[in-house]
Amino acid sequence: MTEPILELRNVHSGYGSIKALKGISLKVYPGEIVTIIGANGAGKSTTLMTICGIVKAEKGEILYQGNVINKVLAEKLPTMGLCQVPEGRRIFPRLSVMENLRLGAFYRNDTDQIMKDIQKSYDMFPILGERRNQEGGTLSGGEQQMLAIARALMTKPKLLLLDEPSLGLAPIIIQQIFSIIAQINKEEGVTILLVEQNANLALQAASRGYVVETGEITLEDEAKTLLTNPKIREAYLGE
Amino acid sequence: MDYFIQQLINGITLGGIYALIALGYTMVYGVIQLINFSHGEFFAAGGYVGVIILSYLAGLGFMETHPWICLGMSFILTMGYCAFLAIGVEKVAYLPLRHKSRLAALLSALGMSIFLSNALMLTQGVFDKPYPGELFNGGWEFGMISISYLQAMIVVMTAVLLVALNILVFKTKMGMAMRATAQDKTMSSLVAIGSNRIISLTFAIGAGLAAAAGIMVGLYYGSVRYDMGFIPGIKAFSAAVLGGIGNITGAMLGGLIIGMVEIFGAGYISGQYKDVFAFIILIGVLYFKPTGIMGVNVDDTRV
Amino acid sequence: MIQEFKKVWKTYTIGMLWLLGLLWPLLGIHPDGTLSFDKTLTVWLYLLAGTFICFVLFLMNKSGSLSLVKDPISKIWAGGATATKTVPTWVWLLIAFILAILFPQFTGRYHQDVAINVLVYVCLGLGLNVVVGLAGMLDLGYIAFYGVGAYTYALFNIHYNVPFWVCLPISGALALFVACIVGYPTLRMRGDYLAIVTLGFGEIIRIILNNWMDLTNGPNGIMGINRPGLFYPSFADGFSWEHMWIQKLWLLYYVALGLAIITIIAVHRLNFSRVGRAWESIREDETAAELMGVNTFIYKLLAYAMGGMFAGVAGAFFASRMKFVSPESFTFLESAMVLCMVVLGGMGSIPGIILGAAALIVLPEVFRQFELYRMLAFGAVMIIMMLFRPEGLIPAKRMGTRSEEKEG
Repeated sequence: MTEPILELRNVHSGYGSIKALKGISLKVYPGEIVTIIGANGAGKSTTLMTICGIVKAEKGEILYQGNVINKVLAEKLPTMGLCQVPEGRRIFPRLSVMENLRLGAFYRNDTDQIMKDIQKSYDMFPILGERRNQEGGTLSGGEQQMLAIARALMTKPKLLLLDEPSLGLAPIIIQQIFSIIAQINKEEGVTILLVEQNANLALQAASRGYVVETGEITLEDEAKTLLTNPKIREAYLGE
Repeated sequence: MDYFIQQLINGITLGGIYALIALGYTMVYGVIQLINFSHGEFFAAGGYVGVIILSYLAGLGFMETHPWICLGMSFILTMGYCAFLAIGVEKVAYLPLRHKSRLAALLSALGMSIFLSNALMLTQGVFDKPYPGELFNGGWEFGMISISYLQAMIVVMTAVLLVALNILVFKTKMGMAMRATAQDKTMSSLVAIGSNRIISLTFAIGAGLAAAAGIMVGLYYGSVRYDMGFIPGIKAFSAAVLGGIGNITGAMLGGLIIGMVEIFGAGYISGQYKDVFAFIILIGVLYFKPTGIMGVNVDDTRV
Repeated sequence: MIQEFKKVWKTYTIGMLWLLGLLWPLLGIHPDGTLSFDKTLTVWLYLLAGTFICFVLFLMNKSGSLSLVKDPISKIWAGGATATKTVPTWVWLLIAFILAILFPQFTGRYHQDVAINVLVYVCLGLGLNVVVGLAGMLDLGYIAFYGVGAYTYALFNIHYNVPFWVCLPISGALALFVACIVGYPTLRMRGDYLAIVTLGFGEIIRIILNNWMDLTNGPNGIMGINRPGLFYPSFADGFSWEHMWIQKLWLLYYVALGLAIITIIAVHRLNFSRVGRAWESIREDETAAELMGVNTFIYKLLAYAMGGMFAGVAGAFFASRMKFVSPESFTFLESAMVLCMVVLGGMGSIPGIILGAAALIVLPEVFRQFELYRMLAFGAVMIIMMLFRPEGLIPAKRMGTRSEEKEG
């Protein structure tokens, strides 16, 4: 039985007096795509931010590769292979595409490999190659999302957290993004934890899913089972 | 005409000095969205430590034999000292208040400013401290126009520092990390950039530049005072705002403009009220175009 | 205890060594080419001793070891607090009032002098409180209005012989007018920018006072200003009104006391009025207030103008008491001190500010021998208060959390 690459045990966290997570427990195994779905404000983004150390966990434990990372500084996690593509893309607007990618590899010192990886990003996302000297803020939403993912890949992640990659994008672009996510998972072996409001997409892309409601996990199952679950269909799949 | 050119030279000299100080304000504002009220004191401390080192070297006799090398050493050591000072100040008065109210951080900065200038007064005395500048006297004469060696040194030194800063910020990995932190602090943590380190580095660089300016002022005007940080600090801040707060090129431009306005204002309008010109520009800019020359995106709710 | 706080001890040691490194060049490098360490070490050891004691106390408090001492004290304090609550506020106010009235009977000139100082700064602090504590605007040039009020009375008195009591409202009005002029362009700005701009204006006014020789006599100041005059009934040769200048210090004390009481009542009434509520909404969240229909600009201007008016009135009194004004008294450092009083005492809290003013005038008098370190202590106190108790010694009761505090 393989060890989970990521495990949350009864994690509580919040913002000051607002308690966002009230006892989240989940597991992600290496090589999987797992999704967390739920309504707006249910605590999905907060879960990712807590894992990454941006929001401090008040109770409970977060384990990455078997080690407790509650007290690890946020900026150390990418060096350990844990990287997040946060909600809203958040590429550096006044840095060029190339600089954004270069910064993904900030902690790395292997310059040759970094250059090769940048070229790989251009191969994976040709549009980024075309716009390599353009300022990030001038790219379209879809292009920014690709840049954000490519930048995250530059950190050589073992576990990639994605927060609402489909937000605000046209359906065609969304398809592209999701096929790239599948590609990263299959070809690079990157484990993916995907937070999505678009439950349909998420459950089709993932193998397992968690449902979050007001800070607690209410359901956990295989993705295809959740897709056919009548309660889920009613609440999140718009039936 | 000659008078005009002379004032132009003086204006560039003074403008360069203001630019160096303004850079500290603008860079720190870029990363933590806070005006470092005590930045002027780094300028003053630089002036003091500079003269302390120069006098020491003069006491050892090196100034007579190698004045310019002594000056160089003084610059390097002083900039290093002020960088350390700035890091200490940041850790004590700003870091703990990072997530508290803006007012608390502002008042802490104000308190630190008063504390530092008085620390200088207590350790170094209330009176002006003279610079051993006799060895740098002299210059070139072109009819009615004169450029002193000191002026030339200041202009060259300022240009060198500005170019070095540009290279650091726009061409190095560290500079990229600084720009990234200024644009999105949370995201930079997510790509393994330690924002606390970057912020300390920014403080250090800003203070180093201000320290260099302090030495230049000490040499140019002949002496330093414990309260010399106050008014130039406000003027440099005006320069930073004029150029667009958070924008490095803007700070350089703003400094030059403020320097020019002060010299020309003093020369052609009124010498007594020369300090007022910078304030008027500040108020004017904030009233008519708060984003400054370079038109920086200043988020209204954050100011 | 050393074990559990190992990390904190490490930070403390590094900090102290850092301090030593910063201190030495200022004290140990000499122009005669020598290096010394004794002076640096002495100063550093004093600082080390002081901070060490505070640090140990702080850690003991945190780890609970001080509870042996703290618990009985807090029990007594709580007991005292409940006891005092049973007595209605007006009784305390009456007692304070009576003590204030009787004060000059039991004290000498020196104490009365200090007391007058305290009362003047109480007026200033309360005036600044209207701007900073009630409306939430950081004003660093406040002392300029003090100067305007002082110079107004000085000039009217010297040139036109206008008596004090007539000039008092004129000073206030003129200061209010200047505040409106200054406020008009600046009050669109917020936070940091407002602070610097008000500082700039404060400096501009001081520079003008210093350089406009024809009007203000520049740095030489204006001398020979009259004290307040008083008409009193005399029954010597039948009924008539006699005039005298108030020369006795204790009479001046009563004038100051009167001004202070009026200011306290005025600020108190303002705080709990519709205007005060508008100010509070602006202080808590300006954008939200605007959206709720509060004309933020007018209210901010009103706060600024009223603050200026209180300062102007205080300034007129200052001029009459000193009989001399010069720009030297109206520097930024003075503004900072008044701000320190407001912040130290508790922004928005009237008893807090009175305490703050008293503390910042009386304590330096008590520690007269440490006169040199006064401003250094001010700076340090501001930082320490912001780090550990930003709400002040006596926090204002009507504070919710400021919206800025929620900003990350």
